[in-house]
Amino acid sequence: MPATRHLPTPESADLIALTREIAAKELTPRVDAAERTGTFPREVFATLGEAGLLSLPYPGRYGGGDQPYEVYLQVLEEIGAVWASVGVGVSVHALSCFPLLAFGTDEQRARWLPDMLSGTRLGAYCLSEAHAGSDPAAMRAKAVRDGDSYVLNGAKAWTTHGGEADFYTVMARTSDEGARGISCFHVPADTPGLEFDRPEDKMGLMGSTTATVRLVDARIPADHLIGQEGQGLSIALAGLDAGRLGIAAVATGLAQGALDAAVAYAREREAFGKPIIDHQGLAFVLADMDAAVESARATYLAAARLKDAGHPYGRHASIAKLVATDNAMKVTTDAVQVLGGAGYTRDFPVERYMREAKVMQIFEGTNQIQRLVISRHLARR
Amino acid sequence: MNIVVCVKQVPDTESPRKLKSDDNTLDRAAADGVINELDEYAIEEALLLKEAHGGEVTVLTMGPDKATDSIRKALAMGADKAVHLVDDALAGSDALGTSYAIQQVLGRTGFDLVILGAESTDARTGMLAAMLAERLGVPQLSLANKVEIDGSSITVQRITDYGYDKVEASLPAVVSVVEKINEPRYPSFKGIMAAKKKPVEKLGVADAGIDADKVGLAGAATEVVDFADAPPREKGQIVTDEGDGGAKIAEFLASKKFV
Ligand SMILES: Cc1cc2nc3c(=O)[nH]c(=O)nc-3n(C[C@H](O)[C@H](O)[C@H](O)COP(=O)(O)OP(=O)(O)OC[C@H]3O[C@@H](n4cnc5c(N)ncnc54)[C@H](O)[C@@H]3O)c2cc1C
Repeated sequence: MPATRHLPTPESADLIALTREIAAKELTPRVDAAERTGTFPREVFATLGEAGLLSLPYPGRYGGGDQPYEVYLQVLEEIGAVWASVGVGVSVHALSCFPLLAFGTDEQRARWLPDMLSGTRLGAYCLSEAHAGSDPAAMRAKAVRDGDSYVLNGAKAWTTHGGEADFYTVMARTSDEGARGISCFHVPADTPGLEFDRPEDKMGLMGSTTATVRLVDARIPADHLIGQEGQGLSIALAGLDAGRLGIAAVATGLAQGALDAAVAYAREREAFGKPIIDHQGLAFVLADMDAAVESARATYLAAARLKDAGHPYGRHASIAKLVATDNAMKVTTDAVQVLGGAGYTRDFPVERYMREAKVMQIFEGTNQIQRLVISRHLARR
Repeated sequence: MNIVVCVKQVPDTESPRKLKSDDNTLDRAAADGVINELDEYAIEEALLLKEAHGGEVTVLTMGPDKATDSIRKALAMGADKAVHLVDDALAGSDALGTSYAIQQVLGRTGFDLVILGAESTDARTGMLAAMLAERLGVPQLSLANKVEIDGSSITVQRITDYGYDKVEASLPAVVSVVEKINEPRYPSFKGIMAAKKKPVEKLGVADAGIDADKVGLAGAATEVVDFADAPPREKGQIVTDEGDGGAKIAEFLASKKFV
């Protein structure tokens, strides 16, 4: 059963219809094989880019769709419902474009943004390091000014699209002043000195490449600095507020996908002489799953509407990420339960949803870190 | 070149389809409406021809109000404008009535080329292109999987059981297409936004000069007398190969008169 949506305009309704069509015709036929073999579907991103789905929340003058987050996130949710790896990829791509849009100069934007928004150039976002995940201010990667260039050295861990992307939005240290010594750079993939480790062998999200990016005397022109020197961490964290909404939407989508699969199975499968959905003990599990999916959706949309109206929304973004991803973990675990033994096999998609839900609680700030962000807001006097 | 594409909204083949018990016609309210699949190939071919030869692509739809969804999608794919023939008097029209109504509209729009999907997924008569060409007095080139235009002449590859025939005619003409002809594009978000500004002309029966007695259920020359649910699919027969699998399969096919 597709999600019930109230959309603000007729064109956003057409946009959801377009997304569902592309999901059904381009994602559904590919997802199983790609997730099994760990194949990154670059061509899918080209299709999404051509359809304009990678540029929805950005301004029209750079080729964007001028759509509110309320609409963009629902598109992302529809993608996540079919293929979380692609939903995460779209969200990370948006995250990698954000610093340039929000903090770049007009000249930088005119030069790079159109190709990024059309999907011609796919992005990656390099904040984490092996020893600095939850605490990015502990990062060590360095950028040293040398005449008209910066020379970058270090290793950025866990990079989604590492080795596949066309550009990397890299946070690196330009001074030793802790959180204030970090800067943000636009690093094209063909920069000499950019190297990639073998991708991580993960529990799920196999269709999304995650790799350590090594910067070995990687030299970029000085005009590839985004924003001011020292502004990097606040740029990165500002992007994460929006990015967390993206992850909340993808998590809601995959929970919806798991719910749909569970309901379809429960209507067909019989035990004790009747469909299992007619056993109240199981039907109530499904009802709780539905309530969890709908409340996740309502929570991320509430945060999106605050953002769209120009209000501060950082606390709400963390709440949305926390609620949507914890709910997704619960819903997908229960979906496996609803399918019984079949749910534990790879013949059905629910075990995949369960593996995908787990990482949603970890990246873009673990759910402990979301609680930290929320409680710090509460403690602020 | 003035290209008109006939686009029909049909119930989504993914959703359960029903006939209404009162008049034995399709219950169009019961299922989601989508563009008839082959019509998407017709739209794509029209857009490709326009890109190659210039001109204008008009979408022509006869159908209820909610067919506007399908019209918007065709415009979002890139068609220039649309004519929507919508009137309660048209409900229940058969192929003969539909071809007459569309002929009347084409008399107003004019055309160099009319492109249709070879059949619709709902009624599946596959007769509209032929009836329309006959009424219009122009050549019909049916079941095309390739279309070429050179000045005022048109050549198509017409698929057959043994390969294809090459068929040539002069414009104006009516072409029906099959799914091998191209790969329909997706609309884009830019296309969706552009579609909002494209003209959609709504015509009633009287506006189009259609004689209401010749269309609708009452004007239909054919009638659905009775219908029954399709029987549930029976379990397939499994042939276990004990060295004679080939012979058993041949026997089975022969019993069903396939060989
Ligand atoms: C598939 C995948 C893709 C990723 N993609 C990217 C990417 O594209 N770009 C990028 O920069 N990063 C990416 N990451 C990295 C991700 O953001 C980090 O893994 C995450 O922030 C957690 O950091 P960590 O792994 O170092 O865990 P740690 O920081 O070591 O945390 C370990 C545990 O300690 C807890 N913890 C830590 N600090 C506290 C505290 N103060 N209070 C309470 N608990 C605490 C954590 O919640 C966690 O449970 C990705 C990760 C994965 C798995």
